[in-house]
Amino acid sequence: MARHIVASTSEIPPGGNKVVDVAGRDIVVFHVNGEFFALLNRCPHEGAPLEKAACVARLTSPEPGVYERSRVGEMLRCPWHGWEFDMRNGQSWFDPKRVRVRSYPVAVARGDELQKGPYVAETFPVHVEDSYVIVEV
Amino acid sequence: MSDVIDRPLLEEEKTAPTRLRIVDCDVHPSLRSTDDLNEFLPKRWQQHLKEFGSHLRTPYLFTTPYPRSSPLIARRDAWPPTGGPPGSDLAFMQKQHLDPLDVEFGILQVLDLFIFSQQNLEFGAAIQRAINDWQLAFWSHRDPRLKASILIGQDGVDLAIAEIERCARIGEYIQINVSPRANEPLGRRRYWPIYERAEALDLPLGIHVGGYGGHAPTGGGWPSYYVEEHQSNAHTIAAQLASLVIEGVPERFPKLKIVFIEGGFGWIASAVWRMDQHFERFRSEVPHLKRKPSEYVRENFWFTTQPIDEPDEARHLRALIEWVGIDRLLFSSDYPHWDFDDPRFAFKAPLTEAERRKIFSTNARAVYKF
Ligand code: FES
Repeated sequence: MARHIVASTSEIPPGGNKVVDVAGRDIVVFHVNGEFFALLNRCPHEGAPLEKAACVARLTSPEPGVYERSRVGEMLRCPWHGWEFDMRNGQSWFDPKRVRVRSYPVAVARGDELQKGPYVAETFPVHVEDSYVIVEV
Repeated sequence: MSDVIDRPLLEEEKTAPTRLRIVDCDVHPSLRSTDDLNEFLPKRWQQHLKEFGSHLRTPYLFTTPYPRSSPLIARRDAWPPTGGPPGSDLAFMQKQHLDPLDVEFGILQVLDLFIFSQQNLEFGAAIQRAINDWQLAFWSHRDPRLKASILIGQDGVDLAIAEIERCARIGEYIQINVSPRANEPLGRRRYWPIYERAEALDLPLGIHVGGYGGHAPTGGGWPSYYVEEHQSNAHTIAAQLASLVIEGVPERFPKLKIVFIEGGFGWIASAVWRMDQHFERFRSEVPHLKRKPSEYVRENFWFTTQPIDEPDEARHLRALIEWVGIDRLLFSSDYPHWDFDDPRFAFKAPLTEAERRKIFSTNARAVYKF
């Protein structure tokens, strides 16, 4: 993997992003809470530009009526149909193809595993060195 | 067969095999502000708009009742850099939608000002007329790919007929749009004069789902959630399809073309089978119908594709398409709304090149005579 310096850290404000062309690929680098994440700038569903995605929190519900927000700003909500992806690994958390109640005992299955979708947005390793953001492709 | 996409498509897949110039039957332009209408709206109604605004069958004004997933139900990337709401900047629409997707013709569908639901019929007719003029001046005269529809409020039948005649004399409009949720079901006798004019002028009747007609959108009452309401679009137009067919509109106006817009097509087979089955049993109730409901549906009705249902297996989508009929479907994107379909990736059913061509282009060209 080659290393590409794509920005100085000050160029991408917290909550912001920068689109860079790395080896002919359109890559978007997000800055969230001091961390940087790089993804291919295309939603795996119909190809929407992820640079326009909303950076949202993970919303979970341990039981009806109780909601918890976590990992604020680390989930991407696609600007078109709203599918959600984890910035860290590109994993989709929205699966319109299997929206149904599973029939095995919910009590023994981990809710977060059940909810994972089959789609994965392409991600790239990112480092910060001497205040520069470096993407490996 | 697996149709799960686990990777983004590559550059070469976007362009291969042959690029098809598409007809997009559902493109939403927006007013930058209601001031855009001033040059087309008499002073008296400009003043009315400023002082009293819309008088609708629901209490919501100039907004959708809740954010509906995304502000102004729009794609987050569709807000023009120049300001204004999504769909209000022609240059941006050209750059983001018409040019890259190779749209040969785009049919404009105006939803501003809840145009079909105005209760003050004179005010409604004035803004419908202004918006019909605005569509030409701001859109189709500036980009000939874009085609305007005659918007009318069908509850004021005489006003609607006058507007149809006025626009038909101008000669640039390609269909007549009626309300998806008028005061009464669309098949009712009171609306027939509109259908008669549409047939005589050979202008298809466009019915774009949505809006607030004052009735609950489902037979079971008002939904609690947006996802529930979105689902109800299909029930509403299934009811309108039944009303038009059973009350005998295509029987009386056999050359009338009716296009359901933004209703998808997954529900059609079941609705039509049921009508046919009941028609066999209850023929004596509807002696004015000379043929099976499915025959009218196959000859007088067309359906735009968005929102496409996405079954687990592409072959199921293929089966739905076959039941509805390859020749009945017209591609639509719904740009710039949040549930926009990208013609390059949205249609995951296996289709031959000839079938693609029909759905993405030639069916619409035949219906609208481009
Ligand atoms: S293109 Fe991203 S959710 Fe559809």
